[in-house]
Amino acid sequence: MKKCMKALSLAVVAACCAQAAQAADLTVISFGGANKAAQEKAYYAPFTKATGIKVVGGEYNGEMAKVKAMVDTKSVSWDVLEVESPELARGCDEGMFEKLDYSKIGNKADFVPGAAQTCGVGIFVWSTVLAYNADKLKVGPTSWKDFWDVKKFPGKRGMRKGAKYTLEVALMADGVAPKDVYKVLATPAGVDRAFKKLDQLKPNIQWWEAGAQPPQYLVSGDVVMSSAYNGRIANTQKEGKNLKIVWNGGMYDFDSWAIPKGSPNKDAALKFIAFASKPENQKVYSQNIAYGPTNKKAVPLLDKQLVADLPTAPQNIKSGVAVDVAFWADYGESLEQRFNAWAAK
Amino acid sequence: MTASSAPTTAVAATLPEAGRSLKQKLARAERMNKLKSQLLILPLVLFILLVFVLPITSLLFKSVNNPEVVDAMPHTVKAISSWSGRALPPEAVYAAAAQDIQQAHDDQKLGDLGKRLNMEVAGYRSLLNKTARALPMDPAPKSYKEALTNLDERWGDPAYWQAIRRNTSTQTPFYLLAAMDHRVDDLGEISRSSPDQAIYLDIFTRTFWMSLVVTAIALALAYPLAYLLVNLPTRTSNLLMILVLLPFWTSVLVRVAAWIVLLQSGGLINSTMQWLGMIDHPLQLVFNRTGVYISMVHILLPFMILPIYSVMKGISPSYMKAAISLGCHPFASFWRVYFPQTVAGISAGALLVFILSIGYYITPALLGSPNDQMVSYFVAFYTNTSINWGMATALGGLLLAATMILYIVYNWLVGAKSLRLG
Repeated sequence: MKKCMKALSLAVVAACCAQAAQAADLTVISFGGANKAAQEKAYYAPFTKATGIKVVGGEYNGEMAKVKAMVDTKSVSWDVLEVESPELARGCDEGMFEKLDYSKIGNKADFVPGAAQTCGVGIFVWSTVLAYNADKLKVGPTSWKDFWDVKKFPGKRGMRKGAKYTLEVALMADGVAPKDVYKVLATPAGVDRAFKKLDQLKPNIQWWEAGAQPPQYLVSGDVVMSSAYNGRIANTQKEGKNLKIVWNGGMYDFDSWAIPKGSPNKDAALKFIAFASKPENQKVYSQNIAYGPTNKKAVPLLDKQLVADLPTAPQNIKSGVAVDVAFWADYGESLEQRFNAWAAK
Repeated sequence: MTASSAPTTAVAATLPEAGRSLKQKLARAERMNKLKSQLLILPLVLFILLVFVLPITSLLFKSVNNPEVVDAMPHTVKAISSWSGRALPPEAVYAAAAQDIQQAHDDQKLGDLGKRLNMEVAGYRSLLNKTARALPMDPAPKSYKEALTNLDERWGDPAYWQAIRRNTSTQTPFYLLAAMDHRVDDLGEISRSSPDQAIYLDIFTRTFWMSLVVTAIALALAYPLAYLLVNLPTRTSNLLMILVLLPFWTSVLVRVAAWIVLLQSGGLINSTMQWLGMIDHPLQLVFNRTGVYISMVHILLPFMILPIYSVMKGISPSYMKAAISLGCHPFASFWRVYFPQTVAGISAGALLVFILSIGYYITPALLGSPNDQMVSYFVAFYTNTSINWGMATALGGLLLAATMILYIVYNWLVGAKSLRLG
């Protein structure tokens, strides 16, 4: 009898395990919208076709609290997660994400610098750039220096209401080389220099907060030029508006894939990330949305005309600056506070 | 109740024996009635306590709550109490810190700790992360003081240790002081924040000033309109009333968006005026104070009109007629007979509009420039963007306190009893 019970309980355990193994659908969580639609086309469906693993797509708004709760209670139901750089860095430090094994993903050198992190791999590159309405300005600006030239280009300028991106722009307009921006900004003198430069332009600035605002301001003519997210400008271009992007001095950043610590499908998740990092798949993604591939080898596969509008095109990225996440994690609060105090005066 | 007790005493005086029991019975009956009515409002009291008083108090508590350092660095907190705060702390503090940082990293408490200390000294977060990655040191160093300072020279700067020393208690005045542009400096004394970080005193002044202006404009517009509504024939006044109420039922967001469309430099108002030749260049009507005032007055106007209207509705026209027929000048009779009777409505409307304006967030955020933002904007900023709830509740709590004080002063000057909402 005892033996019988033992066998029975073993059988139950085995059945449970089998069920768990069977239910190994891969849950991939992204930010939704047009981005998710492009991901479905480029990654989810082809991955299922190639491996037979079903991908269940989900959405979230970047709430790390949810991920933390899952990891802390060891009930992780998300396998692959799209995160922004600050959250990736923080989550990695706090042990919320798995460390990635690059031997299973691909060659680190194939990626755009900064895309291959300990806990995450870049999905795409987006950039904060200088944009203008070519219908209103016959001769457009070519750099952030022109952004400050209110004599040559009279009119208001749109800028993001916040220290991030705005201070970098001010320093570049003041003649700091893109690669030195964060070095200068880390010193008190550099911060003073940035705010001094902003003082000059302050009466001509119209601030924006949501990414949808700059294209709106540009189209309505409220501003003649603005800092803006490249994806938003690309969408407006698709609607037939004659907006132009100046890539010189653009600030690029990544959205990345990460695996929450304790994911039951870690192997499949790694496979998915490797699959999504392949140039031929990233090519499909960039064809569907104006974000740049993180794999350098995907660029030659793309249409030349399309490439010109992507942040990762060689000619676009070479004059750009990678947003320094570690810098903003340390100095973000004090700089944002100082920015608020400055802006409110 | 006093009216009914008077005859009872009279009866009790003539019939002492029977009267006493009657009095007792009456008192008991009254007590029962009171209890019953109290039982009836009990659900409401409970509701208010549970969903209003309790959450607000517990949130306000966050503005002084400071658990991060005590939680994550228990040994350091203990060891650092013997340090005078001058020069560098002794070896024991360094050893305790190394032990605590490693433990905090394992317990995943380093994130909260780094966030809290980064508020004191920018750069603390990465210092902690860097240190945690280097721990445990193998082999254990002879001197942690030396080892940590070698790892990062910032550990040799007393400022980083003073930040810990300031936070050895689970309660802190940090947020409340910061919300009033003050801080505890390295010497442990309260001093003003540096000018490039000071912002909130200006913001509080601005919040109250803007609310005052909005209230004044709303009153100036609402009073004649309410007077008109009361004196027009019912059909017309009903129609006008619907026009007043219609925007009242529309979402604030929709109205704000509509104002952007109307007021922007290529908008309806500017292009019409340009077309008529009234102006050469578009006027800047939005994304500045003007736009905020226009929209806020528009949104809050019904709150001023309705109380004044309902009070005016109750004033008999015969008072004015009597005053004029007795030879008083029409304006004097309006000012001395009619106006004093409407004060109750004005004070109710003004208080309502003022208190609503103080908390305005979305209208200044969308229609104003950075120097038109009020306190609520920063509460939202700290709640959503920087997830610094201590600062958010400190600002919110101060706003609540300031509003309460204003209400008490108002009550003392005007008297809350004179308020009438209808």
